[in-house]
Amino acid sequence: MAHPFDIGSIRSQFPALGAVVHGQPLTYLDNASTTQKPTVVLDAIRDAYVQAGANVHRGVHALSAEATARYEAVRGIAQAFLNAPSEKEIIFTSGTTEAINLVAQSAGRVRVAPGDNVVITEMEHHSNLVPWQMLCAERQAQLRVLPIDDHGDLRLERLPVLIDPRTRIVAVSHISNSLGTVNPVVDIVDQAKEVGALTVIDGAQAAPHGPIDVQALGCDFYAFSGHKVFGPTGVGVLWGRRSILETIPPYKGGGDMILSVSFEGTTYNEVPYKFEAGTPNIAGVIGLGAALRYLSDLDFDAIALHEQDLLSRTLDMLDSMPGIRIIGEPKYRAAVVSFDVQGVHPHDVGTVLDLEGVAVRTGHHCTQPVMEHFDVPATVRASFAVYNTREDVDRLAAALKKVQGVFA
Amino acid sequence: MTADAKALYQQRVMAHYKAPHNEGTLDPRTHEAKGDNPLCGDRVTVHLDLRDGRIEAIAFQVRGCAIAKASASMMTTVVKGRSADEARRLSARLRESLLPDSPPLPDDDPLAAFAGVRLFPTRTRCATLAWETLENALDSQR
Repeated sequence: MAHPFDIGSIRSQFPALGAVVHGQPLTYLDNASTTQKPTVVLDAIRDAYVQAGANVHRGVHALSAEATARYEAVRGIAQAFLNAPSEKEIIFTSGTTEAINLVAQSAGRVRVAPGDNVVITEMEHHSNLVPWQMLCAERQAQLRVLPIDDHGDLRLERLPVLIDPRTRIVAVSHISNSLGTVNPVVDIVDQAKEVGALTVIDGAQAAPHGPIDVQALGCDFYAFSGHKVFGPTGVGVLWGRRSILETIPPYKGGGDMILSVSFEGTTYNEVPYKFEAGTPNIAGVIGLGAALRYLSDLDFDAIALHEQDLLSRTLDMLDSMPGIRIIGEPKYRAAVVSFDVQGVHPHDVGTVLDLEGVAVRTGHHCTQPVMEHFDVPATVRASFAVYNTREDVDRLAAALKKVQGVFA
Repeated sequence: MTADAKALYQQRVMAHYKAPHNEGTLDPRTHEAKGDNPLCGDRVTVHLDLRDGRIEAIAFQVRGCAIAKASASMMTTVVKGRSADEARRLSARLRESLLPDSPPLPDDDPLAAFAGVRLFPTRTRCATLAWETLENALDSQR
């Protein structure tokens, strides 16, 4: 099957892919952890400092106006990326983790009372788990967990048991970072809505595989990170329904999130600025804008076909190798695969692969409950992005054979 | 470090991993400790038989990666027969030698076998876990 787009041309736009590691060409298969950046993003970040090196929202001089214009333009880009109703619902954060903490501490504190409950799932990344644990401990609420089955799918039939009239928040990942499971978010949101619970979607893994449509999903909050969508680290987006954002308190206090400050009383700025205190990661946001534009210019359907081709090639390859067990067999899966090699600790697999220039992630992937469910200390995870190739899959295969050779 | 040194280290690790020295438990034993690396799930147990301040016998068990197992095995061969104080000094020296700016150990140093783990900075904790556990064992009393 021919590539649905010019993969060579795409790869040439990512300078980091040309690296040589331990004398081998880099085979980068750790995209679920972070992605490489295209030249347009690198240029946008550099240009932000060279051509618009000023603070935002605070000056009348030309550079400040330029910085503000470039920064604020990204709100509209993010709105379009998520198909959000308004760019005033786009809050810039330092990433998905901060976004979820924001919702937990802001909406969570005013909405969750003693005796209430918050529902999450067994497959959540720690960043969509710990903030809710902290909230429930603080508010004397119960944390309820929707379990997964041995395929790595959510046991949806358990959800009506967990969601009840005292459920205030339902938080779930769109795609699992350790199993690749694509969750039926719409169904979950519908059930949450029946009891009036807020819904929070962790979209960190889903955003790069897009497109995301928060209106179609029906959720109240959606969060993702810039560095996983070919943008810089230290920046992310929280989309929130305006009607809710206007009723919840700010999360951080400081400059920019206020209209007026005095010791007698301070008035807060309007949404979304109410939630953005202090000088933001200006260059990061501008880089994020370039990344979202880059991604949107590519054809999402073509990306999906390409990634699914790599995924099925990888699954076939792993299945055909004796002694290799794929962890999780979800019904719908993004291009993320966790596996283990019989008799070889995942870290040893990772080191041998590293010596062959193959970068995978080994460990618990910030999903310790998932590891416990499958009774493994850790897994090896390969995850793909638009710039990966079939040769990458072949090199992974060759490197895995080497692992088995070394540890035979 | 050269490719040869890297290969030599890997051979050494594999040799100790496949045929570890002093693996198992000690009965009787005078000292023991368990060590965990929560990041990766490695677990080490060290048993000692100390007489007159000297490590007369030592045994280890490891659930974890090859480097953790091999390091524990190599450690037992280095400290067996030495005094508790000597063992502690060796442990401190090893930790120092693994710091990024440390000079390499001379080839005849008893810890030279561990030098190669510097090639794998993300794995140094796997290598030092057994030594940390040894120190805790020396501090314990059964």
